[in-house]
Amino acid sequence: MVKDKELQVSAIENGTVIDHIPDNQLFKVIHVLGLQNIDNLITFGRGYKSSRDGKKGIIKIENKFLDDADVNKLALVAPSAKINIIKDFEVIEKKCVQVPDSIVGIVKCVNPMCITNQEHVTTKFAVVDKENLSLKCHYCEKITDNENIRIVE
Amino acid sequence: MNNNSLVSIFDYSKEEVIEVLKLASEFEKNPNQDLLNGKVVASLFFEPSTRTRLSFETAIQRLGGRIIGFSDASSSSVKKGETLKDTIKMVDNYADLIVMRHPIEGSARYASEVANIPVINAGDGANQHPTQTMLDLYTIYQTQGTLENLDITLVGDLKYGRTVHSLIMALSRFNPTFHFVAPKELEMPAGYKVYLEEKGIAYTEHLEMEEVIDNTDILYMTRVQRERFADPLEYEKVKDVYVLCNSMLDNTKDNLRILHPLPRVNEISVDVDENPKAYYFQQALNGVYARQAIICKSLNLKK
Repeated sequence: MVKDKELQVSAIENGTVIDHIPDNQLFKVIHVLGLQNIDNLITFGRGYKSSRDGKKGIIKIENKFLDDADVNKLALVAPSAKINIIKDFEVIEKKCVQVPDSIVGIVKCVNPMCITNQEHVTTKFAVVDKENLSLKCHYCEKITDNENIRIVE
Repeated sequence: MNNNSLVSIFDYSKEEVIEVLKLASEFEKNPNQDLLNGKVVASLFFEPSTRTRLSFETAIQRLGGRIIGFSDASSSSVKKGETLKDTIKMVDNYADLIVMRHPIEGSARYASEVANIPVINAGDGANQHPTQTMLDLYTIYQTQGTLENLDITLVGDLKYGRTVHSLIMALSRFNPTFHFVAPKELEMPAGYKVYLEEKGIAYTEHLEMEEVIDNTDILYMTRVQRERFADPLEYEKVKDVYVLCNSMLDNTKDNLRILHPLPRVNEISVDVDENPKAYYFQQALNGVYARQAIICKSLNLKK
């Protein structure tokens, strides 16, 4: 008997599929969404061929639906990702990730002399460049750019 | 949170800037006015700044207000590990207004969110120092009769100078023409030049001030500090290029005024002091009038 050697990624019944994740950002997405800390059934993979992206990553999470804070976090590491919401094995909604106008409490300010890095103050940023992801701190007014974005633990 | 706080110069609209400058000119005519009678102002200097503190405290005294506070964090409970939030919460109960100087950037915005009374930022690290900007604007307004369409030359350390950056941002609302005179190592950062270009404001860059001072209305001098140079030889090469002496002023315009945020070291030779175009000591005095006006605006004391 010949076994079917094709890779099967199982469909999920209810939950969220995050598709079109830039291949090298997959583990960052897992990290920012804190998926390592939840019990839900999760399937993820990278290196999938994509006509649009070359290679892409994908994450399927059973019984989890992203809230606004999650979508904002996703926007910071994978703004090109697509979110599919699944009910009864059917895609009932497709959402693009949108970079918000402001970000509260997710990102650390790059400036070590900023009050948010000195005292227990929730960070707050205005997104000054959505394309290249450039954030202006509400407190110290310094710019945290794409390369320096670190997620608050 | 109190909306009458002044943390950054852009907390004021253009109209509010003009309103405060007009108020400052009233205090210049009549400095002693009992508007703060019965009020307590907290003067919280978490790092020493004698010049700024004395200017504020003079402004408060001339308005008849009373002062509580400290001039150095080592004499406050910060030394015991109290957070800024707790210090502000406590003082918020006692005073009608907080004037705060703090070494941490963003501390003033945070304090203004924690306090119910207005907070005036007297400098938060390398970030903002809006009352310095207001006194610079007042001095320009007072000596030129307007802020609109002026030709303004800034000389010296244009890279690190917080005063210079705030001033060009503030003046960018008044259609100025800027000339930036600085050594390569200390030139105006690209971010500010992009900002001016987006606003359609003309600027030129120079290595020597002789190229531009004859046609300028305001000559704003700053200190070129040795410690800003990675290579001491580079400092030696440029240190005398950015020194203003009296003979250089012969062909300048009659309305030219020379400003400097002080302290001066050697960048303005003492022979300039007697020239009527030298205005830096008057500028320091204007700090008192500008701060009187800012305090009154924060407390809605005078319209």
